[in-house]
Amino acid sequence: MTDISNNQTPPAAVDWASGKAKALRKKRYAADRRLRYYGIAAISTAVLLLGILIGSLVSTGYLAFVQTHVTMEVAIDPEQVSADDPASGNYRAIVSDGVQRLFPDVEDGGALRAAAGIITNGAQVILRNRVIADRSLVGQTIRLQVPVSDPYDQLYKDVIDRDLPENRRRLNDSQIALFETLEDRGLIEAKANWGLIFSSDSRFPELAGLAGAIVGSFYALLVCFAISFPIGIAAAIYLEEFAPKNRWTDLIEVNINNLAAVPSIVFGLLGLAVFIQLFGLPRSAPLVGGLVLALMTLPTIIIVTRNSLKAVPPSIREAALGIGASRHEVILHHLLPLAIPGILTGTIIGLAQALGETAPLLLIGMNAFLTSPPGGIMEPATALPTQIFIWADSPERGFVSRTSAAILVLLGFLITMNAIAIYLRSRLERRW
Amino acid sequence: MNQMTEIALEHAITNVAPQVNAKMRGRDVNVFYGAKQALFDVNLDIGERQVTSLIGPSGCGKSTFLRCLNRMNDTIDIARMVGDITLDGQDIYDPKIDVVELRARVGMVFQKPNPFPKSIFENVAYGPKIHGLASNKTDLEEIVVTSLKKASLFDEVKDRLHEPGTGLSGGQQQRLCIARAIAVSPEVILMDEPCSALDPIATAKIEELIDELRANFTIVIVTHSMQQAARVSQRTAFFHLGILVEEGATEQIFTAPSDKRTQDYVTGRFG
Repeated sequence: MTDISNNQTPPAAVDWASGKAKALRKKRYAADRRLRYYGIAAISTAVLLLGILIGSLVSTGYLAFVQTHVTMEVAIDPEQVSADDPASGNYRAIVSDGVQRLFPDVEDGGALRAAAGIITNGAQVILRNRVIADRSLVGQTIRLQVPVSDPYDQLYKDVIDRDLPENRRRLNDSQIALFETLEDRGLIEAKANWGLIFSSDSRFPELAGLAGAIVGSFYALLVCFAISFPIGIAAAIYLEEFAPKNRWTDLIEVNINNLAAVPSIVFGLLGLAVFIQLFGLPRSAPLVGGLVLALMTLPTIIIVTRNSLKAVPPSIREAALGIGASRHEVILHHLLPLAIPGILTGTIIGLAQALGETAPLLLIGMNAFLTSPPGGIMEPATALPTQIFIWADSPERGFVSRTSAAILVLLGFLITMNAIAIYLRSRLERRW
Repeated sequence: MNQMTEIALEHAITNVAPQVNAKMRGRDVNVFYGAKQALFDVNLDIGERQVTSLIGPSGCGKSTFLRCLNRMNDTIDIARMVGDITLDGQDIYDPKIDVVELRARVGMVFQKPNPFPKSIFENVAYGPKIHGLASNKTDLEEIVVTSLKKASLFDEVKDRLHEPGTGLSGGQQQRLCIARAIAVSPEVILMDEPCSALDPIATAKIEELIDELRANFTIVIVTHSMQQAARVSQRTAFFHLGILVEEGATEQIFTAPSDKRTQDYVTGRFG
């Protein structure tokens, strides 16, 4: 009851212009400004650190986006390769012959071997693939552009300093002299390195690429999505809409939140013990990787879905119930369509997390050395982060820049996924 | 607390007046939210094809009683109802009662207009669709058009039936919600402060509409505006602190209330 009594004394008039009042206001404004400056300082620090990260990656990684190539002439001798069976020719001899043609003046065996070291070890495979693709090449002399081997690639990119004393660099004076004759003849050219994306891993940095890792990551994420998305949404709907509020559901809720905070390596151990040892699923397979990543993504999706369902205004739920919609109609016709932008955003961000996850994949063996992309979810595979891990561990100089380049590729995928999430959210979000 | 018991004892005297042509009857209705009791032994009859308004200060339990009539309180976990509420003599809290059917027969319009974020047509068609009231598209279209006409909204929206319902003005949205409610041919329509979010012109339109709907529907309206109760309702029930203080013909409640509290409230002394 709000009976108004009139026996109060009116408050004394405030002197807003007094020095004290002014000083107090000034102090409050100063506090406002300080808070704003703290924020600006924090943002600047974050941007600076991000800039340093990207900057260092780009500065080492950009070298891997170009590859030094040498153009050589090879005569595809029908005696070495038969057009009927191009797969089993003696391509090594043809390439050696090509090297001799490249350096007609070199006759000494040792010098010739050094000269052969300039071109990549994979030259014969490149040649073989060309001939298999086009049998009419047998008997012809063709110009073949092949990558130079890693030390010469580094030399051309000025990673190896030609002015250093001979005993302190990878290549000795005579090797450099050989390479320089090629440079003088205009046979050396740096080209965009599409092999980085379209080739698989190799022992030789100049040939190594990310195709296998990208396909492996794709399969693993596919499995992860196919499992965690439906299970996560169903679990969230049950917990949010059907579950009674009691000790058991509280316990489940707490555990789901805890699950989201479990270190990823623990999931890897679980995957190793359960999926591989107990269920006998193949080691290194994207199926197992996807299952493990699904376990990690599940709590994220459940939490995000529950929050999105909670965010649907209760008036919509009441409206549907009020005209006699049943539980499933309220959920499927009204709540989910309104919650789906949030769910999708959260799912994509969860998948992006899973894409960058390394430790569990190492434990289930998704760091295999594979020179071709996996053919399916049951075949051995690597993933992008584990590929980065493998390359970071390799001693060859060329893998240093390739590691950075691979990180940039991974970051590219992550940024793309997050951009899709933002786009979907702004596109699908409905106002009410 | 003393005052509470005093009132509780007192209410038994005033809380009578069974009606002859009651559509719904509430008998000894008690509602608890957890440990807190929100309604105390309410006995109230809802007359068929007339407007009953429930008035009283905030937190007096009038909305709680309204939401018991179509069991919307079931959706609140901690809410518990003791007592009997019947619709045409049938206990609506009987476990055998189908809540979905009950809510189709006892429709509801809420305080804040809450159209679905779908087209105007879809908003009205949704109820008939889920209850299978239309056998084909033409039937459905007819139901939608009739409902919109009954809610006096059709002329304003006939050219944009497929535009979102959320794009309408507040008053139009509320009439859309009324159209949505009457599309499933309910027998009773519950309105929970349907005009509190609307401007006076929109309010006047809704009041006019309520008066028209009375011919076909039994209407229960919760309102904070006593003028509105006086204008639209035939019977008025005054709630206070969870107790039904007085119920009677609207004219009598506003001109010659038998209870002091009712008099204080309707004359604006408190609330």
